[in-house]
Amino acid sequence: MEYPAWRPGVDLATLRLRAELLARIRAFFAARGVLEVETPVLSAAAITEPNLASFGTVYTGPGLRYGQPLYLHTSPEFPMKRLLAAGSGCIYQIARVFRDGEAGRCHNPEFTLLEWYRVGFDHHRLMDEVAELVTGLLAGRLPLAEPERLSYRELFWRHLDLDPHRADVAELGACAERHGVSIPPGMPADDTDSWLDLLLTHCIEPQLGTGWLTFVYDYPASQAALARLRPGEPPVGERFELYLNGVELANGFHELGDAGEQRRRFELENAARRRLGLPVMPVDEHLLAALDAGLPDCAGVALGFDRLVMLAAGKAFIQNVMAFPVNIA
Amino acid sequence: MATYSTNEFKSGLKIMLDGDPYAIVENEFVKPGKGQAFNRVKVRNLKTGRVIERTFKSGDTAEGADVVDMELQYLYNDGEYWHFMDQQSYEQLTADAAAVGDAAKWLKEEAICQVMLWNGVPLSVAAPNFVIMTIVETDPGLRGDTSGGGGKPATLETGAVVRVPLFVQSGEVIKVDTRTGEYVSRVKE
Repeated sequence: MEYPAWRPGVDLATLRLRAELLARIRAFFAARGVLEVETPVLSAAAITEPNLASFGTVYTGPGLRYGQPLYLHTSPEFPMKRLLAAGSGCIYQIARVFRDGEAGRCHNPEFTLLEWYRVGFDHHRLMDEVAELVTGLLAGRLPLAEPERLSYRELFWRHLDLDPHRADVAELGACAERHGVSIPPGMPADDTDSWLDLLLTHCIEPQLGTGWLTFVYDYPASQAALARLRPGEPPVGERFELYLNGVELANGFHELGDAGEQRRRFELENAARRRLGLPVMPVDEHLLAALDAGLPDCAGVALGFDRLVMLAAGKAFIQNVMAFPVNIA
Repeated sequence: MATYSTNEFKSGLKIMLDGDPYAIVENEFVKPGKGQAFNRVKVRNLKTGRVIERTFKSGDTAEGADVVDMELQYLYNDGEYWHFMDQQSYEQLTADAAAVGDAAKWLKEEAICQVMLWNGVPLSVAAPNFVIMTIVETDPGLRGDTSGGGGKPATLETGAVVRVPLFVQSGEVIKVDTRTGEYVSRVKE
C-alpha cells in the first residue's frame, strides 16, 4: 500500500516527545533565570559564511514600494547578540531556521534550533551546561556515560594520528587515501579546511560519542566562525561542537566581541564567496554597531533540536521526527 | 549524455566513473554545520557488479551513463556469442560471455530476457526468473519416494545441473527458479 503524501512523516508518540522536550527545555532555562526571546526570521543582512546558503525573498509594501530583498536567517545569532549588547542578560530562543541546499538523513532545509547565550561564561563553562541539559533531556531514553572533552587537535591525533594544525594538503590527502576515502574531484589545493572536513565527516564523525557526549573544542583559527581567537602556538578559535552517536548536535562559541575583527571576517568570507562564484551577502551593520557598543563577555551555543529528538526517539532519519519534512511540506 | 548534479543523485541513477558505467546504490548527504558538504555514495559497477564508495563535493556533477534495460528474445549461441532480438524492431544484438555470465546455463531458445545495454551494447543478461526445462540425465530414483528429501543431481537440456527429488526421472519437464538455481516443481506437458 502506498503511504499517502498528505500524512505526516512523524508518529504520534514522537510528536508528543517533541512537545515534552520543548516544555522541559523551557523549564530548564526558567529555573536558571534565562530569558526566552524571539527575533525576526527575515533580515536585510545575512550570514557570509561560504558553507551556509540563505534563502532570499522580497518584501514589498508600506515604506518599500519597489521591494527590499530579505533573507531568512540560518540562525538567530546576530539579533540575539544585539539584545545582549543592549543589556538583555542571559537569553535563549527556540527558533525555526532555514538553510538552502541541505537535505539528508540528518538535514532538512528548515529545522528547529535551540540557541542560548550565557553572560560571563566561557566555552568550557557553557559545555558543562550543555552536558547538563542534554543528559537530563535524554535521561531514561538514552543512557549516557560520562561526557568526554577533546581538543580538535587531540581528536585528530586519536583517530587519525595527525596534527590538524600543521598537516598540509598533501598529508591530509595521503591520510584520506590511507583510510580508504575516495578523494572527491575538485578538492582545493590551497585550503586545508575542506580536507579536514572530508576526514572529519568520513573517518571521525561516525565514531564520535557512541554512548556518551563528545565535546570537541579549540578549532583551527580558520574555522573559528564567530568565536574569539586565543593567541598561542597555533592560535585557536574558542569554539566547540557536541557529538552524540555520530550526530553533530551543537556548535558553540566563546563569543567574539571585537567589531573590527568581526568585520574583517565578514569581508574575508565574502571574498571567499566571490572566488567560489557564490553570491556576496549583505553584512549585518547592526550587529557590527552592537559589537562596537559593547557585547558583554559571553558564550553561546546552537543545538539542533530535531536531531536531539532523533536521538531521544531512537530514529535514524530526521524526516521521522518532523511533522512534514521538505519532500512533503 | 546528460550530466547529473549531486542534487539529482538517488539510488538507481546510472553514472560514469573512470570510464565505467555505475548505478548508485546509496546516497548520503553529510555536512559539518560550519563546513564543506559532501555526498557519500555507494555505487555498483555495472560491468563487474562490484560495489565501491565514492565521495563528491555537494553541487558537483557526474556524467550520466547511457544504460537502458530492454526485454530481448534469446535466439541462439554461435559458439562465441549469444544472439538476441528486439521483438519490436527485429534488431539483433550480440552479447559476449562477460555480459551473459551465469545466465548462460539458463538460456533456452526463444526465452525473453532482461538485457542491460550500455551505449547500445549488452552489458549484462538476466535469465527469466523461472524456466521450464527437460531433464536429459539423472540417476533412476526410488519409485516410492515422494518425500523430496535428499534429492539427486539432474542435468538439464542447457547443461545446467540442479538438485531434484528422487522421484523425478530423465525426460521429465521441470520448473526451476534461476535466481536460486533450485527445483520448483514438475511440469505436465
